[in-house]
Amino acid sequence: MPDYSWPDAEHRALIGKRISRVDSPFKVSGRAKYTYDYHAPEMLFGKVVRSPYAKAKIVSIDTSAAEKLPGVKAVQIIQKPGASVQWAGDDIVAVAAVDESTAEDAARLIMVKYQPLPYEVSDAEPPAGAGESAGPMSGDDIDDAIGNQLPDRQFVEYLQQHGVSFKVEEDDLKEWKGDGLSEAVIDAIRKAQYHEVKGGGHSPYQKAAAQTMGEPDKAFSEADVVSEGVYGSPVITHCCLEPHGSVSEWPSKDQLFVHMSTQGVSGIAGQMAEPLGVPAANVRVHQDNMGGGFGSKFSPDRWGIAAAQLSKKAGGKGVRIMLERDAELEVAGCRPSAYARVKVAAKKDGTITGWQSQSWGTGGPGGGGMPPIPYVFSIPNRHLEHTAIRNNIGPARAWRAPNHPQAAVITMGALDDLAAKLNMDPVELWLKNLDIAGPRKENYREELGIASELMGWKDKWRSRGQNVSGNIARGLGLSIHTWGGRGHASDCDFSIYPDRSVDIKLATQDIGTGTRTTIVIVAAETLGLPIEAINLSIGDTQYPPSGGSGGSTTPGGVSSSTRRGAVDAREALFEKVAPALNAKPEELECVDGMVRVKGDSSRSLTWKQACAKLGAMPITVRGKNPDRTKPPDLTNSGVGGVGMADVEVDMETGVVKVKKMVAVQDCGLIIDLKMAESSCYGALIMGISYALFEEKVMDRTTGRMLNPNMEFYRLAGLSDIPELVVHMMTGKGYDERGVIGLGEPPVISPGAAIANAVANAIGARVSFLPLTPDRVLAALQQKAGA
Amino acid sequence: MQEHDPRKDNLKETNPEGSGVSRREFLKISSISAAAVPLMGTRMVEAAGDPVKVYGPGKVPVELVVNDKKYQLQIEPRVTLLDAMRDHLEITGAKRVCDRAECGACTVILDGKAVYACSVLAIEAQGKPITTIESLMQDDELHPIQQAFVDNDGSQCGFCTSGFVLATKAFLDKYPNPIAEEIRRGMSGNLCRCGTYHGIQLAIAQVARKGA
Repeated sequence: MPDYSWPDAEHRALIGKRISRVDSPFKVSGRAKYTYDYHAPEMLFGKVVRSPYAKAKIVSIDTSAAEKLPGVKAVQIIQKPGASVQWAGDDIVAVAAVDESTAEDAARLIMVKYQPLPYEVSDAEPPAGAGESAGPMSGDDIDDAIGNQLPDRQFVEYLQQHGVSFKVEEDDLKEWKGDGLSEAVIDAIRKAQYHEVKGGGHSPYQKAAAQTMGEPDKAFSEADVVSEGVYGSPVITHCCLEPHGSVSEWPSKDQLFVHMSTQGVSGIAGQMAEPLGVPAANVRVHQDNMGGGFGSKFSPDRWGIAAAQLSKKAGGKGVRIMLERDAELEVAGCRPSAYARVKVAAKKDGTITGWQSQSWGTGGPGGGGMPPIPYVFSIPNRHLEHTAIRNNIGPARAWRAPNHPQAAVITMGALDDLAAKLNMDPVELWLKNLDIAGPRKENYREELGIASELMGWKDKWRSRGQNVSGNIARGLGLSIHTWGGRGHASDCDFSIYPDRSVDIKLATQDIGTGTRTTIVIVAAETLGLPIEAINLSIGDTQYPPSGGSGGSTTPGGVSSSTRRGAVDAREALFEKVAPALNAKPEELECVDGMVRVKGDSSRSLTWKQACAKLGAMPITVRGKNPDRTKPPDLTNSGVGGVGMADVEVDMETGVVKVKKMVAVQDCGLIIDLKMAESSCYGALIMGISYALFEEKVMDRTTGRMLNPNMEFYRLAGLSDIPELVVHMMTGKGYDERGVIGLGEPPVISPGAAIANAVANAIGARVSFLPLTPDRVLAALQQKAGA
Repeated sequence: MQEHDPRKDNLKETNPEGSGVSRREFLKISSISAAAVPLMGTRMVEAAGDPVKVYGPGKVPVELVVNDKKYQLQIEPRVTLLDAMRDHLEITGAKRVCDRAECGACTVILDGKAVYACSVLAIEAQGKPITTIESLMQDDELHPIQQAFVDNDGSQCGFCTSGFVLATKAFLDKYPNPIAEEIRRGMSGNLCRCGTYHGIQLAIAQVARKGA
């Protein structure tokens, strides 16, 4: 059986080195093509009419004037009269015209009448004793849930738990099926228990079952110290620079060709097939480059389906719908908020003994779940309550390390306040409690030591509020985090041709995380070739399927499938070459552009000579991850990391400046050290952005987002970036774990670390991100009044 | 509307060859021209007490010189330079992101100055040399700034990258030996979501040391 395992450190020519991205030269010269850059022949331009109301019923739609406008080629109603709109900016009608200006004019001519309904856009703390909606579902509730795109699993669970308040008719079911409801949900409605309707309106609050472990009451009554506080993060958006969208065209009546900005090329065809009534095999999806997704680009979305429908109506001509910036921010991505009132119990020496939290937050119409608190530390005695707020701010999407940054802000904030109450250095408190920090505890110990060195923590750290000079307060803060990151399923076709060329094809995607570079490094390493010798094609459903790029699963997935494909292809080549070298296939190796007898340069062929032995036919093998029949596993799960921040706060203006950040991170075997470090630098910067600036601000008066642009939805700029220090854990104890993804973990800690550093600087807790001047000044004022 | 607007004098001074119409002014004027006799091409109307050259309504001939190449277009006067290049000339290196002069992804060099192409009307860019990211490579060789971006990993998803590279060029042309603080200030007109600023800072420092 071939040996797939990763080469050890002495036998790595490329893996783990600092190598420049292979696609950078295309990106720096404007040659890299994105979905937004694709121009189909005689392409039509699509625009979407969006709801101005956060909640409404559509009364009527009149598209006649738009249809008569010269240049308009197709109109597609996305939500029919009678449908319920659940957030402002929701898609109602799409139109395609010969140019963008005409499409805009046509969209303005479409008359939609709405019946506005009461809405909720706040995610403020639920009032004590607030009612909640946990009753049976009415027909309207089901309509709402369809409008909300409530995930099937939640839908079915709710129906099983709470039943329905009406007699189910087959006609209703047929209609819901027509609305796109899945068989699983239809079946759950059919089988749902009938309950009498309770009186009263709906409450936006949904309480999760309380969780209790150990003996929290005892822990608190026996505690030496109890620390209390409120912590949280607001709803933020993804703000992808390339907006969501696609260009769809029908080369023939039943063949759909889609260019889409997506994180999951292989998963799109299946999602488009059913609503468009075309076999998934007839849907080709293509993407060369993608301008940012961060978790928000896995679905074709309603506007993607609409573009394909418009194209069909327009005789198959390509139709482009790329979201405008305001729509991108209003409807195409939001990270759920999470807030909590927390109490922590501890012994005098800093040992944490108890945790109590009442948390709340919103993920839009679906409500959303509790973040994983207490985070990293499994505090033995705990009691947790969570209330999800279902409101009309737009649906939540996964945002880089879903729920972890929010959990870190809450947990690390609470522990930092505890350390302050004990007058303890937080590094000491964290180290003291590592026994309950899960399987990565020894990594954390090592990483905390390195991070402290790099930050100069011992020299710089002062007790809260003790490092003030004039108006300027300085402070340090820290946080630790964890993530899975095991490789997803991935197939690749790996070929070696008689003319010496090497070709890899797989339908993965490079979303800016260096996937192309990862693949060619692994292939070149395995065949002893330079990376330029590898031809790689990705981003098209004509190639073998590979998983979506979410949850840091791509590096493990594609590096494993590539390694397996490369090893199998190499073994097949050895079979053909061995007779020419008077050796057995298993005695051969690929080194420095040669195939030779192991360790013997005198019995070798150049790569070109070796490939010529193939005769006329190439070798093509399928590399697969996972392949449970072939040990060992090349990818793994579970990483640890530390983030530290050094900040300066102007106590007169409330402005926070980050002066230095440190990230120390492990992620198993690193394929490209330069890209791994970049991933961490980028995560620190994104962390500064969400810690200081980002918030989706909702207006209670209009139900709309107040800042759907890049002036008032602020991202950190170059001038906000301080000294950044990144240290990757490599070598023994890390490399042999295999490849683990890195996209999510380093973005988790920065927000919590910066919030803690601000508390350390000013001697007061600013409860909620972003740490804007008004919040900082309010915290200072509260401290002065206390 | 009868008051004298000093900003217009500025416009006339700085754009003697142009229409004297900014995107904002255009919106104001378009409501006047809609009532005028619809003729193709340009003509003069009185707006806010001054004679102003007006284009449209409907498509008008526009000539742009992009990367030393002349292009003839028939487009509506409301089309921005960015959309004219991207959708009509298929020159797509400049990206449409915020579409209102906030992020810099559409940066081009117009008449020697870095501008946001999303906020310049195509009609206004006539008669001036337009340099886009596509022209920076010479004989298949990356420009030193581009090479520095590659060496220092100054791009991730890459959607902001062309804007940053051109902004860097315009910045270094003006300040060849910047100190770190000057880089921070001078490059604050462009935004990145992936967080590539660290690599970009190193890239600019590398070029500044070596000279571009």
